Amino acid sequence: MHPTSANLRARAGIITGGLLLACVGSVLFAGMTGSVSIPLADIPGALDELLHHRADSLAATLLDLRATRALTAFVTGAALSLAGVMMQALLRNPLADPYVLGISAGSAVGALAAMVAACAAWAVDAAAFAGAVAISMLLYLLARRDLKSGSAAEGGTALLLLTGVILSSAGSALVTLMLSIASENQLRGMVFWLIGDLSGAPLRALPWVVLASGLLFALRSARAMNVLAQHAEAAATLGINVGVLRKGLFFISGLLTASAVTTAGSIGFVGLIVPHACRFAFGPDHRVLIPAATLAGGAYLVLTDTLARTIIAPQQLPVGVITALIGTPVFLYQLHRLRK
Amino acid sequence: MLATERLQLRIGARILVADLDWRVGAGECWSIIGRNGAGKSTLMRTLAGLRDADGGRVLIDGRPLTAWPLEQLARQRAFLAQSRSDAFAYTVIETVLSARHPYHANSYWENSDDHRIALQALASMEVDDLAGRDVRTLSGGERQRVAVAALLAQDTPLLLLDEPANALDLAHQVSVMGLLAKLCRQQGKTVVMIGHDLSLAHGISTHALLLMGDGRWLAGARDDVMQAPILSQYLHHPIDVLRHGNRSIFIPREAQA
Repeated sequence: MHPTSANLRARAGIITGGLLLACVGSVLFAGMTGSVSIPLADIPGALDELLHHRADSLAATLLDLRATRALTAFVTGAALSLAGVMMQALLRNPLADPYVLGISAGSAVGALAAMVAACAAWAVDAAAFAGAVAISMLLYLLARRDLKSGSAAEGGTALLLLTGVILSSAGSALVTLMLSIASENQLRGMVFWLIGDLSGAPLRALPWVVLASGLLFALRSARAMNVLAQHAEAAATLGINVGVLRKGLFFISGLLTASAVTTAGSIGFVGLIVPHACRFAFGPDHRVLIPAATLAGGAYLVLTDTLARTIIAPQQLPVGVITALIGTPVFLYQLHRLRK
Repeated sequence: MLATERLQLRIGARILVADLDWRVGAGECWSIIGRNGAGKSTLMRTLAGLRDADGGRVLIDGRPLTAWPLEQLARQRAFLAQSRSDAFAYTVIETVLSARHPYHANSYWENSDDHRIALQALASMEVDDLAGRDVRTLSGGERQRVAVAALLAQDTPLLLLDEPANALDLAHQVSVMGLLAKLCRQQGKTVVMIGHDLSLAHGISTHALLLMGDGRWLAGARDDVMQAPILSQYLHHPIDVLRHGNRSIFIPREAQA
């Protein structure tokens, strides 16, 4: 009638394995697709050249460019999706996303300020990260009471949520201010940053480290997250240190979001749609949801980014446009099916 | 099993309970009785460790509550909260399985014993046919029974229940209460619960704790404490007691028009 423990384990294995294949497939697809498509038969040869650090053929050069971008897309999408799952468990609200607490607004303020000051690309990234960290700290100071669990209200995250929403709007106001004083030639870069764009995003090691440690933390807390999501405050009576878990979720999801936003700007909807779709398909158990949403988020952004750079080629769209255009109807569809 | 020493509870400047020295022995079944706002739930949450005492201390098995590691404590006492809000579409069996959390520190999955215990708990609450249902689609009474089942699956010697009969129909009120009484009698479990139905409480309790809401309290064996004049005073309403066979039925006198 319902799955036994062995079945649950097998099911989790199948889901994770299937999604892992989908991820490899999506990166391969992104590598083959573009203004000049590489046939599948040429991929092994090109890969071999790349691994030996000599990109002589056209296929190898193209694959190098595209695979780099696809891997950046993967790590960004995976981080956003994982941060979304954690934020939803923290706030006990399936409609929360990684940006709801204003972390993206904070990093937008940082990044745009650096652009207005005409800083180098690395300084823009650093400023974006600093902005995200600054707003997380501010939020923590203001809503510390909520995160320490002892609040009387059931669930007890209203203070955190409202503070985050207000800080986020303050950030948006600063962003608008900077957009209105920026010069014409800065505007395009700023708008692309705000929408979220992967062109020219470098492949760095740091986001992978952040993703790996975030995933490790999430998997270790998966069972506790289930209890927290179900029992709110009463999770403490089941032996969970609610305060420590909430703080962990807050800081790790903030770090994941900051890392993703620093890499590619504030790409919307990934952290909302992907966890939602995974919950819809595989159920809310975090032990399955965490690996599934991480992998699916990565694959989703790889595919949407491929679409973004090919759909009206040779012109390239910022990927944030595509995620929003796909995300909105998909989300509304899920919402209405759920409420029926 | 459970004891308090000079326990004080306050909400703001208002003192709800003062100097509560209270001992609950193993196998006893206590009902906490008092008016709305008398501090029943506040006391229950303090006993469960969800809020700090405003003075004095709570001991479980002779050890102060604050000295227990959370996970060990979760194997000693279970707590049924007054209300629940379900944000996610967990199934009934998943919510009951999560009550087994304190029993496996480091394993990622529950084992087949946990599944067996969870199913037994569901069966004893007569909700085993709902195992695969989304908890958000249950009726209030069904949800309450699933919550009690989760409490049973936690399998602790001490059970703290804040209004276990909430939202239950007549038949299930009687069967849940009967089950709790049986756990005390046959398995030596200790039950402390809040309820508003005096007759039902009288039927299964061995002891009662009355709270006045201004600091005063009265604890003792059921028949010493649950007497018409005392209850009338603590509940601020005249109450009559009728004998029916070997049961006592408590009836509030009608308000004068």
